[in-house]
Amino acid sequence: MRKHLFIICLLSLGFKPLLAQKADQIKLKELQGILTVPNEQIQVINFWATWCAPCVKEMPLFEKLNSENKEVVVTLISMDYDLDPNPEKVNRFIARKKLQSKVLILAETDPNSWIDKIDKHWEGALPATLIVNTKTGKRKLVQKELHEGELEKFIKEVSN
Amino acid sequence: MKQILVLVCSVLLIAANPIKDRYEVGDRATDFKLKNVDGKMIALGDYKNASGYIVIFDSNTCPYSKAYNQRIIKLDEKYSNKGFPVITINANEGSGDSYENMVKISKKKSYKFPYLIDETQEVAKAYGATNTPHVFVLSKDLKVAYIGAIDDNPRNEAGVTKRYVEDAVDALMNNKSVPVTKTKAIGCGIKWKRG
Repeated sequence: MRKHLFIICLLSLGFKPLLAQKADQIKLKELQGILTVPNEQIQVINFWATWCAPCVKEMPLFEKLNSENKEVVVTLISMDYDLDPNPEKVNRFIARKKLQSKVLILAETDPNSWIDKIDKHWEGALPATLIVNTKTGKRKLVQKELHEGELEKFIKEVSN
Repeated sequence: MKQILVLVCSVLLIAANPIKDRYEVGDRATDFKLKNVDGKMIALGDYKNASGYIVIFDSNTCPYSKAYNQRIIKLDEKYSNKGFPVITINANEGSGDSYENMVKISKKKSYKFPYLIDETQEVAKAYGATNTPHVFVLSKDLKVAYIGAIDDNPRNEAGVTKRYVEDAVDALMNNKSVPVTKTKAIGCGIKWKRG
């Protein structure tokens, strides 16, 4: 108990940034909520996995966007569950890369039954990025690795 | 005048036939000629006695390809002598997916089926392959009968409940309609050349 109190004291004193975030597991319904519930900010959803080299390569672009642009919400959705339901690999990756953007694990099996429900144009290949203006319903799906400057261009496209 | 007419007609024809960006089920696929791991060029037309084809876009490096590797070998064992050869194609850019590494893998795994390199990525683009492994089951006359995943459980073969490719090939062999003609799966996006 005393040990717990000590940790709580440490946390309240602002030691929280030392602890890496742990990714919450979500279901398809929660993801659909992020994509549809009207929000002032543009939703930037990146679908990635720890095993996906081009995903890892483009990730700094999302981290930069997350820290610099407060008009968008960046969410990194891990698709690791399909090959490995144990979240440990994802959490270790978050700690190693010190990820600041929100990371969620989509914990669903049988992707064939839900890929179309995320976006009917998505083939399921990683990386993929979905940029959504939830107020207008405008969305942009990018099914490739992103390069410097492209995210900003796509955000502008759905903003107007 | 005639020249102008020809020009106008060609423009109209091109506009009326927009280039489709990928095959859909029912489309007729085009044949190709690609280099195999033994250095020989291979085309679907080389298989004179084929009743159909199992064309699989694959990769040396993708964890999904690794998870499905044995299942691809088994598909070939089960169907190649029944007239449905397995033909695998690697269209990925990158050193891990180099021709040399393709040769190594096919030797190590004793592939009895071709593993072709699609260096220009034109075949993958024409077929509309997006991930690996991405399967196209074709009938004898190259009509696309199925597009998608091998089955519904990449992680655990014992947990498979739907064998999409086997069901499609079995249906073609028995002149029945293919039960599921298209599926989607999470997978490694084909690594395209930039530009």
